[in-house]
Amino acid sequence: MAAGAASGGSATTDTYKEARTWLLMPAWVTLSFLILAPVLLMLVYSFLTKEFRGGVVWEFSLSAYDQFFFDRGLFGDEPAKIEWTYITIFWRSIWQAGAATLLSFLIGFPTAYFIATQPERVRPMWVFLITIPYWVNLLIRTVSMKFLLRDQGPLNDFLISTGLIDSPLHIVNTNFAVQLGLFYSYLPFMVLPIYAAVERYNFTLSEAAADLYATKMTILRRVLLPAVKPGVIAGCILVFVPSMGSFLAPDLLGGAKNFMIGSLIEEQFKGNAGNWPFGAAASMILLTMVLIILLIFARQQAKAEKET
Amino acid sequence: MSDTSQIAIDVRDAVKRYGDFTALKRISLSIMDNEFFTLLGPSGCGKTTLLRMIAGFEDVTEGAIFLYGDEIENLPPNKRPVNTVFQNYALFPHMTILDNVGFGLEMRGASKSEARRKAGEMLELVQLSQFSARKPSQLSGGQQQRVALARALAPKPKVLLLDEPLSALDLKLRKAMQLELKHLQRETGITFIFVTHDQEEALTMSDRIAVMSAGEMQQLGTPNDIYERPHNKFVADFIGETNLLEVSVDAVHEGRATCHLGGGHELTCNAVTGIGVGSKVHMSVRPERLFTSDAPVEAESLKGKVVENVFIGTDISTIVNLDDGPQFTIRTSNSDRGNKRIFDQGAEVFVNMELGAARLLVD
Amino acid sequence: MASKKFDIQAFPGFKPITLLCLIVLYAPLVIVTVYSFNASASLTNWEGISLRWYADVFSGPESEKFKIAARNSFIIAIIAATTSTAIATLAATAMVRGGAFKLRTVSFGLISMPLMVPEIVTAVATLIFFNAIGFDRGLLTILLAHIAFCIPFAYLPIQARMQGIEDTYEQAALDLYATKRQAFTKILMPLMMPGIISGFLLAFIVSLDDFIITNFVKGAGVETLPTAIFGSVKQGIKPNIMAISTMLLGVSVVMVTLSYLVSKSDKTK
Repeated sequence: MAAGAASGGSATTDTYKEARTWLLMPAWVTLSFLILAPVLLMLVYSFLTKEFRGGVVWEFSLSAYDQFFFDRGLFGDEPAKIEWTYITIFWRSIWQAGAATLLSFLIGFPTAYFIATQPERVRPMWVFLITIPYWVNLLIRTVSMKFLLRDQGPLNDFLISTGLIDSPLHIVNTNFAVQLGLFYSYLPFMVLPIYAAVERYNFTLSEAAADLYATKMTILRRVLLPAVKPGVIAGCILVFVPSMGSFLAPDLLGGAKNFMIGSLIEEQFKGNAGNWPFGAAASMILLTMVLIILLIFARQQAKAEKET
Repeated sequence: MSDTSQIAIDVRDAVKRYGDFTALKRISLSIMDNEFFTLLGPSGCGKTTLLRMIAGFEDVTEGAIFLYGDEIENLPPNKRPVNTVFQNYALFPHMTILDNVGFGLEMRGASKSEARRKAGEMLELVQLSQFSARKPSQLSGGQQQRVALARALAPKPKVLLLDEPLSALDLKLRKAMQLELKHLQRETGITFIFVTHDQEEALTMSDRIAVMSAGEMQQLGTPNDIYERPHNKFVADFIGETNLLEVSVDAVHEGRATCHLGGGHELTCNAVTGIGVGSKVHMSVRPERLFTSDAPVEAESLKGKVVENVFIGTDISTIVNLDDGPQFTIRTSNSDRGNKRIFDQGAEVFVNMELGAARLLVD
Repeated sequence: MASKKFDIQAFPGFKPITLLCLIVLYAPLVIVTVYSFNASASLTNWEGISLRWYADVFSGPESEKFKIAARNSFIIAIIAATTSTAIATLAATAMVRGGAFKLRTVSFGLISMPLMVPEIVTAVATLIFFNAIGFDRGLLTILLAHIAFCIPFAYLPIQARMQGIEDTYEQAALDLYATKRQAFTKILMPLMMPGIISGFLLAFIVSLDDFIITNFVKGAGVETLPTAIFGSVKQGIKPNIMAISTMLLGVSVVMVTLSYLVSKSDKTK
């Protein structure tokens, strides 16, 4: 896109070159002290020994990670076995987040596409409609969802009154309820990047494909989807990452059986029963996974940008 | 009065580099007091960079710039008594027209009421008083143009810089503004430095023109100089329409060079220092300096055949292929039809020019 | 137009899915709003319209708790949004108008870090940090955490807006003898205003809504609206919660409408 680079004017201008250190200083200080330093400290804590009433003893220990992965400890007397409890919780988090992402894509893609192909004048209104719920408190949205889906809730009342079902559907406290909750929490993050990509898509390409005898499904699969792929990937990441570490939806909609990593972490810091190093280690494992995903994503995006 | 006091802007050995790329390759030029000076060249030639260096928006990598004898290249733009009319006008969208025009005065320390009063006077000068309370977006392109002009002139700068200010206007408005700018320059007596890629605009308005290409100055001179006596192939090709043909030089004698074209046609051109016998160079001859006839008329007559006549409003353009040789374009004014004949397609004709109409060019 | 035989853009089924999507998004909110006006004390039966649960919010047994929580929430949201917007405005000016510099990528990474790190991880880290430096948990810890967390939300709209403003405006100001500070306050700031307002509103909502981080750093006995609601909901959804939710929903809708109007009234483009 040499033309874009040329007509886009100067990417960086330097009117405030001399002042930039001072302008950035407040952000640097705030974020270094309140985000970066804490995360580094958390890394340190994950290698410390737990104190029984919450908190830590400043003694190096691998027991937090050991406890996460191995039964009876890697360094115990008996041969170590893989401890499945926490790995299962972790795996469930990935699975739930993945299912929620897929659900968001299946609903979000057609929605984004539909909005992007509306007349230009009404598009902002559609985008506005999709984003309003995101502005509503996540807790309230999740509570509303729970209220709606309860066994005696409005949805079941409605379905029973129409005669579609005889007894209430048990949705709350299932995996599906969690997926639904996550889908509901982060859907706009799926719709907006795809919308932006489709809006930039040149429909002459679709016409060219149709002219060359492609059916609509073929156009969708072979021409449109590859063209808007960066938007789709961005949307999936934006839904998947917060879903992985989410706390409210699994806690309120999933119940005790459907524990996810967010709840596991939270439990380690509540009251006296917690285990801070273990919570810190679980957080580090979650953070590492998320960063790996983001890194892969950044590379993909860079590659996609080179191609276009 | 010393000589240097007559120089408004003196650029000495100015170089501009962006990393490995050299945008300006050691430019020196003097722009005189009260002059309408134009920097002309295709996009990317460095003309805007030079203008922005004078305004203070670009650092000077090497060299110096003087404004009426004072060295200014290290001053920030707000300390230089020069003002700019920007290509897209850059009128502050959140301010009224009056506040836009008064902005510079206010920044120089005038009180708000004083700035407004003087801004009002400037708006009168450009005949936009009735719009003073409006916002820029409520004005047409031509009106915005005049506001930008009034704003830049209001603080009475020593030099006014204009960065392709007419390029966004349609043709008719552009023509009218060209004249208006010229008048304004004469009335105010301020030195204008005008940047454009439109050679016709440059020829119409300027006292002197600097033709630039690839970061270098190609030629500096009056419009007449540059049009009639281009130094090199680039200038001849860039300014106006011309027949640019490859020739080899057979002999040089008393300011004339005897050359031959492809197909063995012989032609005498104006010689140029630096082009000796045996060189293969280009020569240029303007289409309006040529005319066709059925028999040789001038000393320089070349035989060929009419390929096509193209009607272009005021003129007719005739394309003639020389026998086994290159192609010439001949331009005949429609008002001159009585004296000059237009031959039909396929007619055998002679292409005539007076001695000295063809010029040799360095590459 | 409407009866095109072959519309290359249209896929059958996409419109129903879009409508389904909107229903899923809005149904819970609508239902909760409707039921907040239910006269019945039971959740399941509809007994006509009444404002009793709104009255209950303001004078019922839990009213004192919610009043304090609401005050805390709004005070924190206002201070956190104002501070983070100011920090973000300065940072965006340096990032967009500061030329090329080595620390740009690092700075951008730092600014967007709260968006990349899962919120629960930020929460844990912040808790550990305050605990390690011996900072007592309370309103101040919530406020500090919110300021940091809100910076990227304020930053992104401001940066986007500033990138859309041609730098010739400031150059014109400098050319007309303004100092850099004047070019900033008289030209850049007013032009950036829509972005700054959007950034502020977004930061405000994010702070007002935040549950996870607040829950970790709030300390015993200190509540904001979300933590108070969460505590209540843990024991089961009650009608007064629906009334509070509806009021908060109203606040959100007002905010989002404001930001929409601000972006619409912007005629500089």
